[in-house]
Amino acid sequence: MSLGAIALAGVLLTPLASAALLALLAGYRATARLNVVASGLSFLAALSLIAVRPLPNDFLFVDDLNVVFIVLNTFVGFTTSIFSATYIRHELETGRLTPVYLRFYHAMFQVMLFGMSLALASQNVGLMWVAVELATLTTVVMVGIYRTHEALEAAWKYFILGSVGIALALFGTILVYLAAQAVVGEGLPAMSWIVLVDNAPRFDPALLNLAFVFLMLGYGTKVGLAPLHAWLPDAHAEGPTPISAVLSGLLLNVALYAILRFKVVMAANPGAIAPGPLLITLGLVSLVFAALMLYRRRDIKRLFAYSSIEHMGVIAFAFGMGGPLANFAGLLHMTMHSLTKSAIFFAVGHVAQAKGTQKLDDMGGLTVTHPALGWGLVLGVIAIAGVPPMGVFMSEFLVVSSTFSRQPLLAIPLVLGLLLAFGALILRLQHVVFGDATGESHKVDASYAPMLIHLALVLAAGIALPPAIVAWFQNVSRALG
Amino acid sequence: MSGLDFDLAHLFAGLMVLVCFLMLYQDRLYSLLNTFAVHAMVLSLAVAWQAYIQGAPQLYVTAAIALIFKAMVIPIALHRLIRRMDLHREIETVGGIGRTMLLGMALVALSISVMLPVTAAAGTLAREDLAFALSIVLLGLLMMITRRNAVSQVVGFMTLENGLILAATGAKGMPLVVEISVAFSVLIAFIVIGIFLFRIRERFDTVDVGALDSFRGDRR
Repeated sequence: MSLGAIALAGVLLTPLASAALLALLAGYRATARLNVVASGLSFLAALSLIAVRPLPNDFLFVDDLNVVFIVLNTFVGFTTSIFSATYIRHELETGRLTPVYLRFYHAMFQVMLFGMSLALASQNVGLMWVAVELATLTTVVMVGIYRTHEALEAAWKYFILGSVGIALALFGTILVYLAAQAVVGEGLPAMSWIVLVDNAPRFDPALLNLAFVFLMLGYGTKVGLAPLHAWLPDAHAEGPTPISAVLSGLLLNVALYAILRFKVVMAANPGAIAPGPLLITLGLVSLVFAALMLYRRRDIKRLFAYSSIEHMGVIAFAFGMGGPLANFAGLLHMTMHSLTKSAIFFAVGHVAQAKGTQKLDDMGGLTVTHPALGWGLVLGVIAIAGVPPMGVFMSEFLVVSSTFSRQPLLAIPLVLGLLLAFGALILRLQHVVFGDATGESHKVDASYAPMLIHLALVLAAGIALPPAIVAWFQNVSRALG
Repeated sequence: MSGLDFDLAHLFAGLMVLVCFLMLYQDRLYSLLNTFAVHAMVLSLAVAWQAYIQGAPQLYVTAAIALIFKAMVIPIALHRLIRRMDLHREIETVGGIGRTMLLGMALVALSISVMLPVTAAAGTLAREDLAFALSIVLLGLLMMITRRNAVSQVVGFMTLENGLILAATGAKGMPLVVEISVAFSVLIAFIVIGIFLFRIRERFDTVDVGALDSFRGDRR
């Protein structure tokens, strides 16, 4: 076994093995620690993938594109597990979770990380579909874990819409296989990314077009692009907050990754429709729609869920524009959004525990009652709203400027949406963190480290992006076409 | 390809579409489940026939799973569930049955007119199978949309899955995915029955999803 293969095995097998172990072990202290250690080990294994690569086989492979996603995913998974440890302790103390459900929660957390890593590392289109479905199912169960009226409705809605999306994606996958089978013959190679991209010019364009429509609708539902987003705010609001963080920060990215891969296949075929305009349209609709919806939110987690729709819209738009610069901006924005949004959810989770509610009206003056949490939230919102010098500003600026230089008309709705969202977030934030202290106030034992690390990274990226990362992203952007 | 191969494959796929329409106008849960069992049985016949004409023995496994699990275990389990939890046995539909049937016909026409010209490159068999499969997928979706009851939504989803499996087996030599997707449909069924229905029952004393709609995220 080569070093690369060992590293990849580490990324995939660590969560799987620890999920089995976590399902067996009882007790909060040991399992929470094991969860952190396992996520940390997966992250280290993922980091080593940058240096050493396994040889691609029929099922798994690592290339410049997916290694970015894998490292980001395992990193956020790791920090979320640290946040989750303190968050869950509070939930156990208040009795919202029982020890049996805790065991289940930890095992599911690792299975979800496994599903996402497998989806990203899979070379086979069908295997990727299975992995995305696995990750979806585990999050469905996690969203319903509190078993309240609201949580159950959210989980049911997520389950139904998510399954329909994933079913449409499978139909699209079958169509892609049919298109490939006519050219490269039957069997496993007809489903592998490398073969698909190499032979795409000879595929039947009509079949590819139809396939892409299904894939776009199917995986687009999972990305949360409007008008397919209905499950997203409920799922974010009613599940445990660590799950909201990984949903926003990771699962949406995984679905987007699937779309990106298929976009490359589409782009390689001269006869097929250009996938760009479809992505641009869905992206702009999501951006403007979510920005408007931000104004009417009364629940803090729902507010940030809509903000995720908005940002996924921006990212889809950037990738839809295509070309090295816009792709670079899209990749950067995706990374920044993952880091910032999960940091916000880390803060929001503890804020909701401190205030005993998620309603925006019942929380106020956070900077007075809980200074560290309050200021953390301020920083997070400033970052996500795109204020310089945070990294989100830089990536949004790149998206806007590349649009101006190529399609000035499209820049109008883009900038409008960004400004609308900016206004809504600042308006809401001002009430929650400043002003008089309202509502209840409990002491919480919060873990600040994950939030601060994320925000520091976002700030650092905004001030000076390391040349190595720039070169890497540029390289990937060119490959994305 | 000989005429008989083609005709029988068509017969089974067409039968599945027909049974979908039967499901669309059932207004009682028990009869809906029975009709779904028939649907799954026809699916297993269709898959077994594909296994035979393609000479792909692994597809017999898929056929057996469809027959044993989808046509027997799931309907029987749901029957017991309904009896034990004493659920409403009538299905509330959105819009009239007549309108739903008309919409269903329009969907079949749509999928045939979309699929046939597009898939000219694929083999004749795969291409018409796909048109049928897409109709079944769309009819399953229609069922999920027009039914307010959780059990019948699940049945709608399983119908949709049947359509997908028909499509996957019709694509000649498609590796791996058939078995795994079947395993996943099993998993989905388990999750649905095991977790959701019991929990929903526990909380609401009804499996009517309409009752869940009283809650709407931000407007509480």
